[in-house]
Amino acid sequence: MKRPVIEARGLRFRYGDGAPALNGVDFRLDEGECVALLGPNGSGKTTFVLHLNGLLEGEGSIEVCGLPVERRNLPAIRRKIGLVFQDSESQLFMPTVLEDAAFGPINRGLSRPEALERAMAALKTVGMEGSAARAPYHLSAGEQKKVAIAGILATDPEILALDEPTTFLDPPGQRALADLLRALPQAKIVVTHNIPFALALCRRAVFFQGGVIVADGPVGEVVERFAWDFVAAAPLPPR
Amino acid sequence: MHHIVLDRWSRGSSAAHRLDPRAKIVPLLALLAALATARHGLPEFSAAVFVLLCAALLAARIPLFPALARAALVLPFAVVFAVVCWLAGDPARGLSLLLKSYLSALAVLTVVATTPLPALLRGIESLRVPLFLLTVAQFLYRYLFVISEEAQHMRKAAAARGTPTRPLASGGARFRAAAGALAVLFARSYGRAQNVHRAMLARGFTGRLHPLFDLHFRPADAAFAALASLAPLAARLALEKVP
Repeated sequence: MKRPVIEARGLRFRYGDGAPALNGVDFRLDEGECVALLGPNGSGKTTFVLHLNGLLEGEGSIEVCGLPVERRNLPAIRRKIGLVFQDSESQLFMPTVLEDAAFGPINRGLSRPEALERAMAALKTVGMEGSAARAPYHLSAGEQKKVAIAGILATDPEILALDEPTTFLDPPGQRALADLLRALPQAKIVVTHNIPFALALCRRAVFFQGGVIVADGPVGEVVERFAWDFVAAAPLPPR
Repeated sequence: MHHIVLDRWSRGSSAAHRLDPRAKIVPLLALLAALATARHGLPEFSAAVFVLLCAALLAARIPLFPALARAALVLPFAVVFAVVCWLAGDPARGLSLLLKSYLSALAVLTVVATTPLPALLRGIESLRVPLFLLTVAQFLYRYLFVISEEAQHMRKAAAARGTPTRPLASGGARFRAAAGALAVLFARSYGRAQNVHRAMLARGFTGRLHPLFDLHFRPADAAFAALASLAPLAARLALEKVP
């Protein structure tokens, strides 16, 4: 039996304005597993992901690789979870692409040559090694997304949490990302509205609605149950 | 994201850009001290400093007039104190205040425009400036980009909805619109800044940006630092002795 790498029980959270975002989330992710988090906008998917490495603190309990998500464990937990944010522009804050990709490894205590080597290897993985010396803000949105993913891969986490990873990526870019992620052995959580991407990457999906998980099962079944794919009701007639 | 002009200038490749940051910081401090304490022969000293700084900017291939205009950003603050001096019956002091403020800003701008900020901060750190101050400067630098970006997004969004580039309204209406835009800009920037901070924490940030590259202080840097530090101090002392 596989060991769980994430276990959340009864997770509840309200934002500062009192709006409830999570209303008792129970979730388990096993090692090597890939789960798609589906659901409407504002249903709590991103809020849930931000709890996994202690960026938000709610009621209930979460354990990551056996460590309770508590203040004293945060440095260790943040080494285990790599979080790719929805907004890659905010994730890139160093002067050059290479320095940005090396930010995580160097904060984890690697020597500078090691950190640079890891960063360069991660950039190569996402096909961005040629942009190592460029400023992140000069990149296109799709390139920024790739660099953001490289920044996380460089930290070699045990779990990858990706929030809308296909945003701004063109179809070949999405295909390449799916191939890349499939080849990685880590457990993965993928928040997405992109059903073909979820189907290509994950066997299991959970469906968030109103801050709780209302369905958990194979991606195809969950998608069908909630009619969660986009199919034009009636295609435009030919001219 | 659109860049801040100073950041773009600082990433040039001239000889001035290649100097070790410390070789620019020490002369800058010497120049600021000389300027701040100059009394006799201030117009001559100011003219010499101005010419030297212009020459440095040109040598560094920084656009001269835009740089001179940016240095003038300090003038509105300096003018207030200059007017106070003038009203107090000491117009010479007011003028000296204006000159010193402008030239100090131009000197700082020359150094900042020829040194990428991370390298500049690394140089300052190696001169034993408290880490807390540097961390504040680093965050200020990062969030300056955030605010600039948000302002540009808002401007584009307004233009896309037909807002004229020059406001048609006047007086109170214009003030209210500007105040509203500023409030929205602050709220949006705050949200973005929070995301940046979260992204930093998620990648193990513990309050300090670790430099990836070492600084190398070469003999040429030492020679430049010595010459550029002593020159303004010598000029300042020489002018003091002129009857």
